[in-house]
Amino acid sequence: MEKLSFGQKPKVLVVGAGPIGLAAALEFSNFEIQTLVVDELSEINRASKAICWSQRSLEILNRVGLAEQFIKKGSTWKKGRVFKAEEEIYNFNLQVEAGFKAPAFINLQQYYVEQFLIDKLKEFEYPVLRRGHKVVDISLTKDNRALVQIEHDQDMYKVIADYVVAADGVRSTIRKALELEMQGNYFDEQFLIVDVKVNRSFPLERKFWFQPKFHDGQSALLHVQPDNILRIDLQLGPNMDPELELDEERVRARVNKILGSDVDYKLEWISLYSFSCKRMQRFRHGPIFFVGDAAHAVSPFGARGGNGGIQDIDNLVWKVSSVIKGKASRALLDTYDEERIPAADENLLNSARSTGFMTPKTQASVDFREAVFELSKTMPFARDFINSGRLSQPYKYIGSSLVSEDDISFCSDGILPGQSILDAPIFIGRNQTWLIDQIANAFSLVAFVDEEKTALSIPEYLDEVCGQLDLVEQYLVVTSKRLNGTSKKFLYDATGLAFERWAAYDGTIYLVRPDHHIAARWKETPTILELKQAYRKSISL
Amino acid sequence: MNADDYLTQINNITDPDQFYEDLIQAHDGLSANQSQQLNSRIILLMANQIADNRRLKELITLAKMSLDVT
Repeated sequence: MEKLSFGQKPKVLVVGAGPIGLAAALEFSNFEIQTLVVDELSEINRASKAICWSQRSLEILNRVGLAEQFIKKGSTWKKGRVFKAEEEIYNFNLQVEAGFKAPAFINLQQYYVEQFLIDKLKEFEYPVLRRGHKVVDISLTKDNRALVQIEHDQDMYKVIADYVVAADGVRSTIRKALELEMQGNYFDEQFLIVDVKVNRSFPLERKFWFQPKFHDGQSALLHVQPDNILRIDLQLGPNMDPELELDEERVRARVNKILGSDVDYKLEWISLYSFSCKRMQRFRHGPIFFVGDAAHAVSPFGARGGNGGIQDIDNLVWKVSSVIKGKASRALLDTYDEERIPAADENLLNSARSTGFMTPKTQASVDFREAVFELSKTMPFARDFINSGRLSQPYKYIGSSLVSEDDISFCSDGILPGQSILDAPIFIGRNQTWLIDQIANAFSLVAFVDEEKTALSIPEYLDEVCGQLDLVEQYLVVTSKRLNGTSKKFLYDATGLAFERWAAYDGTIYLVRPDHHIAARWKETPTILELKQAYRKSISL
Repeated sequence: MNADDYLTQINNITDPDQFYEDLIQAHDGLSANQSQQLNSRIILLMANQIADNRRLKELITLAKMSLDVT
């Protein structure tokens, strides 16, 4: 399978074959960029680790052809239930609206995620995954490329890469080699993860308990994974003795109290952890880009680690690929920091707030939390203060230097410039498909047509725009009516959901980036010059 | 939406998490007595914003009912 000999120089070196590094490699392959992935582990770690994958992550993976497999194997859950002691205070539904290909969330063990990504990588010509290859040092060459020392089977070799993606996790070797640090807050609260395989199926829902009787008044979280595996996450408090807490009998005693005596189970994975909310000051250092946990670390409540990391690489890969192909200037690379640092900060803020609510430290915070719980039982307004984790949302790059000002005639309805696209069911001929399936991994124009005369005139206009703008490879026309004799690029919005979600009228145009965030939009068809200006802005020209 | 919805059903704050964080942080480093005083002052300031006596009375009654001492 090796297609890159040891002497060769890859365009991109990805360090770390976790979900984020592998997803980066897949996206680079999609752009036909020669990529090498190295990981010090010789095989996939069979620990479940990250399990919650958001709609946005699934939509990103959909572009590399993986969403179906994830959705099929994963446990789709929508309902979250929140308990105080043994009483259910309220529950929430994450997917109120239908009409999206990807569900709001699935749970899927990290080892499945990594396996699916690796299997997909094998379909590409370029990427090579080298396991058991450990990065020991990194430096910059005179021409600003990365010189990376790699150890394998006690041998050392060097790789010179144009770009390096450091996806080597919270204890990043690359970060240490460059003497860079993460800064933020450390929480001394310890948590215990126990994954158990049970002999029956459990309802597909997330359960969170504040101060349950079965766990000495600390908090507890229960998630359902495929293959009848349950994720139990227990708050233990500070200053726990790891040896004592990881003792199997002690763990079993805790699990028994949660599951009850009638459930047979096998311990799959036990892990004791504490966490920090911190990030690097900058994620880009010359040709080296830090992504995922290597760049920023959050608490697990909110599923913002893995899903934040997937959004990192989705933001990065099209930019680096465009520069490698000579279609954009290096200035575009600086916008990785500009767009992803605020995204990391949003994740850090939410993560720190959730942690604060779960572990009240002052008397005032204990008192207010108690008031919130009590009021919540009869007064729903108070439920919005209960924070058992604010689940990962796609970040909106509003105000980014790549994103044009909004057309005010939208009145902020639909999808704002900077926001990621919204899916909808659509028809090609008689066949139902999804909007996200039709929009390519490239700059695209999405036009909306309500009137027949626009349907006749708009393809010529769109062809001309695509011809003039280098990276705009595709256009789609969403129609409100079933139109006869039109091309494959015409998508019929039978449910009206596409028009509604995109707040579209006859002649509305959206310029969509390769990462499926909106670069610019016009309620009425813009001049080619206007479109050109927005496009140039979106690639830092 | 009826008046009761506005009082107890719907959270009307633009960003509840932000408010909650600000509220908790305001108490950091205060003694129990200072915390009490801070709360009292916050309540009085907020009451001045609500302004309407009938509504203020309703809120007091609702809070007290939930305290289960009436």
